[in-house]
Amino acid sequence: MKHELPKMLKIERVIREAEGVHTLFLPYAGEVKAGQFVMLWVPGVDAKPAGISYHQDGCIGVTISAVGAWSKEVCGKKSGDLLGLLGPYGNSFELIGENVVLVGGGYGAATLMLLAEEACRRSLKTTLILGARSEAALLYRTRIKAMKLDAIFTTDDGSFGEKGFVTDILQRKLQSEKVDGVYVCGPEIMEKRCAEICLAAEVPSQISLERHMKCGFGVCGACCIDHSGRRVCVEGTIFSGADLLQTHEFGRYRRDSSATKQPFA
Amino acid sequence: MADLSLKLCGLKLENPTILASGIMGTSRASMTYAIKNGAAAVTTKSISVEKRKGHPAPIIVTYAGGMLNSVGYSNPGIDNVADEFGDLQNAGAPVIGSLTGRDENDFAILAEKAAALDFEAIEIVLSCPHTPGYGTMAGLSTPEKTAAITQIVKQRCKKPLFVKLSPNVMGLVELAKAAEEAGADAITAVNTAGPGMIIDIKSRKPVLGGRIGGLSGDALRPIAVRCVYDIYEAVSIPIIGTGGIINGEHAAEMIMAGATALGIGSAVYYRGIDVFKKICLELEEFMESEGISSLAQMRGAAHEA
Repeated sequence: MKHELPKMLKIERVIREAEGVHTLFLPYAGEVKAGQFVMLWVPGVDAKPAGISYHQDGCIGVTISAVGAWSKEVCGKKSGDLLGLLGPYGNSFELIGENVVLVGGGYGAATLMLLAEEACRRSLKTTLILGARSEAALLYRTRIKAMKLDAIFTTDDGSFGEKGFVTDILQRKLQSEKVDGVYVCGPEIMEKRCAEICLAAEVPSQISLERHMKCGFGVCGACCIDHSGRRVCVEGTIFSGADLLQTHEFGRYRRDSSATKQPFA
Repeated sequence: MADLSLKLCGLKLENPTILASGIMGTSRASMTYAIKNGAAAVTTKSISVEKRKGHPAPIIVTYAGGMLNSVGYSNPGIDNVADEFGDLQNAGAPVIGSLTGRDENDFAILAEKAAALDFEAIEIVLSCPHTPGYGTMAGLSTPEKTAAITQIVKQRCKKPLFVKLSPNVMGLVELAKAAEEAGADAITAVNTAGPGMIIDIKSRKPVLGGRIGGLSGDALRPIAVRCVYDIYEAVSIPIIGTGGIINGEHAAEMIMAGATALGIGSAVYYRGIDVFKKICLELEEFMESEGISSLAQMRGAAHEA
């Protein structure tokens, strides 16, 4: 019978991406698709999903921001420490056409990085629009600089790049040229706005949706979305923006660990 | 064509497969998704008096022999589920409300409130093996408690009542009889076995966030089949055979043990959300190959005449 116990892996190295944000590299020999996630288990604490932000040199990297009990534990790990891994899980982004735009907000950048690398490998005309609160919170700037793509940064406070929002840049981009596909990961309000902009411009969008997950493999029901019931961990996390706009909860609410609806602010 | 339809305590089922409590069942949409994929009825995740976050993850772990789960009854609490389960007329199939309480008082509150919700039937869980304060861990798996709680719920809620029993007790048959005598309309047999534990030897810690979990899947099936077989001999109310049914042959086996309907849970992991359709197709094929035209013809066939 099919089964999967967590693999306890020795962390190969840890790098600091920003204040309180670390990437941990774990040995992983298998296949990884852009947009997939893993469940990271801290024994005795909890297991939570994390997007895969690197896949290189026989390792996967996961970028974690220390905000809660679990993420603080993860970020406190050093090279040589053990971490439990389940997955990778979920579907993946599919690159369409020749001219693609990737839009990331905050930590959403993590889930887009493998896709950005894939787009560059395929020599697509690639634009990466990344937004953050401030310069200090922008992730992967050095890494992006080495990529053959057009990177546009925005910050809420104007401390780096353009002052303003990624959605405005996306709108301008879609008005000024023919784009074949838009790929989005970030705060849900931003994602919804991106989906609306793409729908109006008749450009297909693919959006990575984040929901509370408990099992990661489609059994517990924690991440089922209204009203389709589709499981974000199995049929997602990547959905077409047009489809998500049809769902009742996109941009409106999500469920917490007790399955109680929590509206987005 | 073999006929898979049946009536269970007044509920019309297109086939014998019912989504078992604990798998999906968090929201209306998670259940209609199972219905679209062939489930003839669905059971909610168990609802308690108070809101519960459940255990930390991992809440489900799989090993070569089956699956251990330790969800810990995460649910919004009975006062907050009206929004989710208040209107189930268009769900596409009957929805069974699963209720879990710590004692008679909890079950009285739950039954009264569930009576006002749109469930076509109620299932009470007296048998969870892994959540402190509930089920077998609260001593609810005795004939006395089973009878008392069944009666309390039946008095307050007139919907068909299913009582879900544990395989982890001596004298399971006595529990089933006690439930029947107290007014239960059906027996759901069985809950998960164990509890069990899987320890990760590198971190030296139990894998499940709740440390211990109920055993289901392949490992549970022979136990569940035996339980259903024994209960069938002792009671005359229908049995919802639950435990390790993953394919059509398992379904036939459970029906031959005496089950009227079938609870399907872990199989969603093994074969996908459309496992309900798959099991029905396979069951139909088996029945046709054996020249069996209805489920009733097969029910209890393993018992001596």
